[in-house]
Amino acid sequence: MKMNLSNFKGALAVLALFASTTLVSCGSGGNAGGSDSTSTDEAIIGAGSSFDNPLFSKQFSEYNKTNGLKINYQSVGSGAGIAQLTAKTVDFGASDAPMNGKQDTAAGAPVVHIPITAGAVVLSYNLPEVKDTLMLTPGVLADIFLGKITKWDDKAIAAINKGVKLPSTTIVIAHRSDGSGTSNIFTTYLAKVSDEWNTKVGHGSSVNWPAGLGGKGNEGVAGLIKQTPGAIGYIELAYAIQNNMPYAKMQNKAGNFITPSIASVTAAANIQIPADTKVSLTNTDAADGYPISGFSWVIIYKDQKYGDRSQDRATKLVKLISWMIHDGQQYSSALNYAPLSPAAVSAGDAVLKSVTYDGKPILQ
Amino acid sequence: MDTSSVENGMITRSDLPLRVINSSPEAVAKAKKRARLSFRQIRTENIFNKTLILMGLIMVILVVGIFLTLVVQSLPSIKALGPKYLWGKVWDPVQDIYGAWPFLLGTLLSSFLALIISIPFSISVAIFLGEYHPAGWLPNLLKNAVELIAAVPSVIFGFWGLAVLVPIVRTFESHIGVAPVGVGIFSSSLILAIMIIPYAASLGRSMINLVPSHLKEAAYGLGATRWEVIRSVVLPYTKSGLFAGILLSLGRALGETMAVTMVIGNTSLIPKNIFAPGNTMASVIANEFTEADKPVYLSALIELGLVLFLVTVVINMIGKKIIDRFTND
Repeated sequence: MKMNLSNFKGALAVLALFASTTLVSCGSGGNAGGSDSTSTDEAIIGAGSSFDNPLFSKQFSEYNKTNGLKINYQSVGSGAGIAQLTAKTVDFGASDAPMNGKQDTAAGAPVVHIPITAGAVVLSYNLPEVKDTLMLTPGVLADIFLGKITKWDDKAIAAINKGVKLPSTTIVIAHRSDGSGTSNIFTTYLAKVSDEWNTKVGHGSSVNWPAGLGGKGNEGVAGLIKQTPGAIGYIELAYAIQNNMPYAKMQNKAGNFITPSIASVTAAANIQIPADTKVSLTNTDAADGYPISGFSWVIIYKDQKYGDRSQDRATKLVKLISWMIHDGQQYSSALNYAPLSPAAVSAGDAVLKSVTYDGKPILQ
Repeated sequence: MDTSSVENGMITRSDLPLRVINSSPEAVAKAKKRARLSFRQIRTENIFNKTLILMGLIMVILVVGIFLTLVVQSLPSIKALGPKYLWGKVWDPVQDIYGAWPFLLGTLLSSFLALIISIPFSISVAIFLGEYHPAGWLPNLLKNAVELIAAVPSVIFGFWGLAVLVPIVRTFESHIGVAPVGVGIFSSSLILAIMIIPYAASLGRSMINLVPSHLKEAAYGLGATRWEVIRSVVLPYTKSGLFAGILLSLGRALGETMAVTMVIGNTSLIPKNIFAPGNTMASVIANEFTEADKPVYLSALIELGLVLFLVTVVINMIGKKIIDRFTND
């Protein structure tokens, strides 16, 4: 027993030594990594929205060809991107939703939003019998997702789609199960057009869905729609185009039924944009704009002098973003992203001019 | 290194004296060599012993560390929501209302249903491979197939479930008159049942192999049929092992995330029946963790992890008690 005890003590001592060495090495390793990522290493680091990722990959590789600047983007999701910017482990974040009050407080210093691209959320459905494109009004859409309209041949749907023979199939709703910017745009739209939705459900990247099935990611929702007869669900426009899925025309605020497309999304963004650019494009005033669309933003600290950042690094970052909203936009359409509207580009320019290093503007 | 020396007919090495009886130089040299060897053996033994203790301690520290991390990170949610978190029926991130009940129910329902579906298969496989046909091409094929199931990544089960199983379940549902959505607790239980069969089956097979042959031979000698031997000798002898295997598979079912997420329907509503869509704790965490944008929301998700941890611990403890009772009989 005594032997065992002394062995045990010996083991404890070894363990303590082991633990302290690993802790020390972790600590120094972490420090080295931290300073690498923000100042000594040349690469600009960003994190956030997975929606932006295909566009960013293209833009960054093109920018690297002409300017030789390496950009490392981690597609971890909008919320995680904001969290990493707040933790100052990345140079920029990217988000499909503007930062909320709590996130602003957590950031500690002013953060600016620059609109970088726009995307749309479309309503895709599985009705093999219906050959024409389905048309939906905001009220009917909200009632479907509230679980109040349960059959496809409901009078309300038939009234909009005159001449279309609708089946009596039960409506199966498909929504995102993971928190996402797509859900945020969609629920923001529903909250704007339906008071009942606004009070009962509200808007956010995850909400308490009153009805339906959840699928993980665009592919999860698309899978549910493709498989389930009578299903309707919302997915990103780009995903729907790439996978040849049918999608409905939506009636916008002006009363026109709009087919979601790159052009109608850009049109939706051609509105008066506030100075902070934190505007939701949902239920747009533009007469030819698709109503369920939204900006995606790049977010950076307004004053770039924090931690041990150099002015050089800050200048490179701001120039990169400026390139992304001007020359970089030419790669949007091919990847099914909506190019920024002129109004959005000039708002973005104004924001970038306000970015400073140690109080002095970076761009002249 | 060699500190041993001959003094007064003794080979000494610090505190370990060895008496030398024959003190001729050859004999002393031989004894010294043997002594060195035993010193080395003792040292190796000590190092090995300490390594084992160290490894064991690291495991304990890891488990305690995970538990403490979960508790500390869930504190904001525990403070804000209190114990009603456990039986709250609404999960609404928009209004910061978090109740884990639908997911607790979904987890337990899908796991136990999976267990009930899998037990006949796993026990049959165990008896077939352990007692009826221990060798031959068919048993070998079956054994490899069962082991392969354990090695297939769960996302593949999820895809297969979504593409093949869900449409079949949907057809079945439309025949029995429930809402034919296909995905739901029933589908996820079927997938889980397939995934957990290998755990109970492999453990059961090795336990059945361990039944002493003289017991079985005695039973055969008394005129027992094969079925009677299995029922009265093999099963009573192996029941604690079979139960441990079932417990292991339940633990796997409780924590399975990816395959379940893909076929359970992911809704926060309380499931009305076993065909209705639901959600499990593990799948909610996987779904919502990356975009949890409020501190309480994040903390509520971590508390979900804590609840899952505790559920697993409690079920394991109950299982241990049952195994103990079985073994004491």
